[in-house]
Amino acid sequence: MSARIDSVRIGVVTFPGSLDDRDAARAIRIAGGEAVELWHGDSDLKNVDAVVLPGGFSYGDYLRCGAIAKFAPVMSLIIEKAHQGLPVLGICNGFQILCESHLLPGALTRNDHRHFICRDQKLRIESTDTFWTSDFEVGQEIVIPLKNGEGGYVADEKTLDQLFAEGRVIATYQEVNPNGSYRDIAGISNARGNVVGLMPHPEHAVEALTGPSLDGIPFFTSAVRALVGAS
Amino acid sequence: MPSAQPDLEQPFAELGLKPDEYERIKEILGRRPTSSELAMYSVMWSEHCSYKSSKVHLRQFGEKAPKTDALLVGIGENAGVVDIGQGWAVTFKVESHNHPSYVEPYQGAATGVGGIVRDIISMGARPLAIMDPLRFGAANAPDTHRVLPGVIAGVGGYGNCLGLPNIGGELVFDESYAGNPLVNALCVGSMRHEDIHLASAKGVGNLVVLYGARTGGDGIGGVSVLASETFDADGPAKRPSVQVGDPFMEKLLIEATLEVLHAGLVEGIQDLGGAGISCATSELASNGEGGMHVWLDRVPLRDASLSPEEILMSESQERMCAIVTPGHIDAFMEICAKWDVEAVVIGEVTDTGKLVVQWHGEEIVNVPPRTVAHEGPVYERPYHRPSWQDALQANEPTASVIPRPESGEQLKETLLQLIGSPNLASKTWVTSQYDRYVLGNTVLAQPEDTGMIRIDEETGLGVAIATDCNARFTKLDPYNGAKLALAESYRNVSVSGAIPLAVTNCLNFGSPEDPEVMWQFAEATRGLADGCLELGVPVTGGNVSFYNQTGETAILPTPVVGVLGVIDDVERRTPMAWNKDSDGELIYVLGDTSDEFGGSEWAHIHGHLGGMPPKVDLQREKLLSEILVAASRDGMITAAHDISDGGFAIAIAEMAMRAGTGARLWIPDNIEPFIFLYAESTGRAVVVIPRSEELRFTEMCAARGLPAERVGVVDSGLGVDSGFPGEQVIVMGDYFTLTLEQLRETHEATLPAIFNS
Repeated sequence: MSARIDSVRIGVVTFPGSLDDRDAARAIRIAGGEAVELWHGDSDLKNVDAVVLPGGFSYGDYLRCGAIAKFAPVMSLIIEKAHQGLPVLGICNGFQILCESHLLPGALTRNDHRHFICRDQKLRIESTDTFWTSDFEVGQEIVIPLKNGEGGYVADEKTLDQLFAEGRVIATYQEVNPNGSYRDIAGISNARGNVVGLMPHPEHAVEALTGPSLDGIPFFTSAVRALVGAS
Repeated sequence: MPSAQPDLEQPFAELGLKPDEYERIKEILGRRPTSSELAMYSVMWSEHCSYKSSKVHLRQFGEKAPKTDALLVGIGENAGVVDIGQGWAVTFKVESHNHPSYVEPYQGAATGVGGIVRDIISMGARPLAIMDPLRFGAANAPDTHRVLPGVIAGVGGYGNCLGLPNIGGELVFDESYAGNPLVNALCVGSMRHEDIHLASAKGVGNLVVLYGARTGGDGIGGVSVLASETFDADGPAKRPSVQVGDPFMEKLLIEATLEVLHAGLVEGIQDLGGAGISCATSELASNGEGGMHVWLDRVPLRDASLSPEEILMSESQERMCAIVTPGHIDAFMEICAKWDVEAVVIGEVTDTGKLVVQWHGEEIVNVPPRTVAHEGPVYERPYHRPSWQDALQANEPTASVIPRPESGEQLKETLLQLIGSPNLASKTWVTSQYDRYVLGNTVLAQPEDTGMIRIDEETGLGVAIATDCNARFTKLDPYNGAKLALAESYRNVSVSGAIPLAVTNCLNFGSPEDPEVMWQFAEATRGLADGCLELGVPVTGGNVSFYNQTGETAILPTPVVGVLGVIDDVERRTPMAWNKDSDGELIYVLGDTSDEFGGSEWAHIHGHLGGMPPKVDLQREKLLSEILVAASRDGMITAAHDISDGGFAIAIAEMAMRAGTGARLWIPDNIEPFIFLYAESTGRAVVVIPRSEELRFTEMCAARGLPAERVGVVDSGLGVDSGFPGEQVIVMGDYFTLTLEQLRETHEATLPAIFNS
């Protein structure tokens, strides 16, 4: 088993200002995959089977969160491949980049209470029909860290209706809506289910020692298992 | 040599130099200084940079330093470096950014974090975490409302964006800090032994590289006096003297710096903080070959109109200075370019014994660098015991001064009053604005007693850090108050199971020109040095902040003490609270409790400050620490929590709230309930022991002579019998019962109610 899993290569992009890139790589390793460093200036995806866009403040959040990152050389490759089915998980700033890149609809705006917020957040998994959530069960409640200043998910009513109707809302906030996200949306996917954006941080819930739970692991094992099955 | 200077009046007084200091500069140079030289001496000889009032006292930290092999780099460098074993070294330091944070809370606090982080990277270490000891005026005072939210947002805004977890700190309110908030910031970093770097310009012909942000007109302070007086009045306007931070640039600077250091491309390195290029060039030269030639016009500027004096003094943030051999310069520049960090060779190392600065071909500075960096004035400031000290100490908060609660109802109300008072209330309103998860190595963070960080993912090697100071104790007795601050910090590290190893400090005081303040300072430094010697933990570095006063009124003397401990495997850390599987586990108090309320939180909420602080027994602290570390190592305890502010009752309430499970407690017969619950006697901790370990643990305590008394049991099933079915409760003997919900509501409501309005 390990020989095959080792062959699952998941890239983690480091932009200037990326902060959770090491954490994402650790989570991939814990899930049994091989983490591959990708640099924002790369024009080569190093044969990775999937990509994680980690949290942080790419390019210092200049202009708008994620607005500059979408123009990075590595992103033009990722956008192209994502349209062809490359699995991509964007966490926090990565989610913002996916929205700016129009791989996902809507936008992330400043928290309604205007403060940065870091808390252990309860979520409900709403969809397991994606590349990154298949190891969960629908309705499963999990607790993972949330930390953002601009995490309020917004979209027009039609888009919100469509996301729910098509089962593309992958997780919702429970008990507390920490940032004013419309309809408590914590994460969404594209229609195909290969691209997922998530505001909370599953990569910080992969070790009992450092996280509030181990609930972040299934996001990564979902991808590893799917890729092993595919190869 | 700069051309002969005409004998014009120079604005040395406006730059903060005394007439005799100005005379000394003329004596050193054998002529009148140029305006650039004057600017340079004035900032480097300032209290902030030269420690001229504190130096004679700080020497004790070296002279009384305990013998230890753990110290790899001692006081005097950017930060001390401690050996933690397995080839790893750790560097940590705490610094103040008090005055800027009062003027401009957000930027003041943000650049305070930025500055301490650069101190850590300039040693060659990767920064791992930050902590922020903060002190403000009364919580409900209008100015606290102005300053505090900005400071919190600044600490968070910078640290979060930099990707460093904030793992703890302090939040204290006291009227004495109104108008003088204390914003201290601590950073800890780690490195392999071979990666340690020092600030010295070695190797004649080596290049001086300035890299990072461009130099602007921010943070120039007093020097703009000189610029506007010496040059034409239409020159650059006086700029705000608080620096502006850019954490994104700092993040790039960290990554670029670590990459050039690890590639072996750097001979010496120094960050640019207070006094900017003046400080970096003179210190590097003074520590190295003794000479340096600088072409100041090569410095990249944000504002082309800056005068050379302003460039020398600018405290623009996110800049570093490295010494690089000509053979390595291309590789160095390449790495900087990779990280989009601008880098320029601005000078060369020489052995002339002179720091020479040129500006468009003209020599504007020619000075012996040691006289700027290391041979500044030293003052033996007069000091004497304040006339009011005896009266203050005589004013004990006895029962006749403040009526003491006796009935169960009164004792319960006291607990609710304390747990909801701003100093003891939940800090979540603050800490939820800080990222504590980034980097994935945070093992313990607020509200735990200590922050704990894993250093090595393979072996589990880690460090624990706590900062503490009860400044009311220091006001009552500066010598023992400083020891008490040390003892508390040392204890907080120990309860987690880590072995205390080294000390940093941030000494916040009023004006050194006031002999009574100077006495507080002298006594506190003496106490801290004696305490460190007795506990066997050396001071590795720190910072002094004077002039924290409004008019004649100084702040409480506040020597913040940070203790760093090492734990060989973070898996065996002891958390502060029991857990959901602890039902039936036993609660013990370690140490002795006596009638000690001088400077306590209980006295504070009654508006009283007087008497003597609790007595300090460092041998007892050492024993307690050894017991706690042994218990952690042998898996004898589930939880341990320091007893300090508010006493035993507060410690238990904090543990229960954190655990979410109640407990049944009883008050020993031989002590007045009020004293048992609320006294702040030191050298104590609460521990939670599985029944299977009780005998082994108590025998260890008995053999070592540490008092240990069973005072309770964790019990999740007390709700029904105590009239709160379905609830978790604390039952305090026959005295009172409180639900965790009541406690939590009171504990968590205070800060949001004040600061969300």
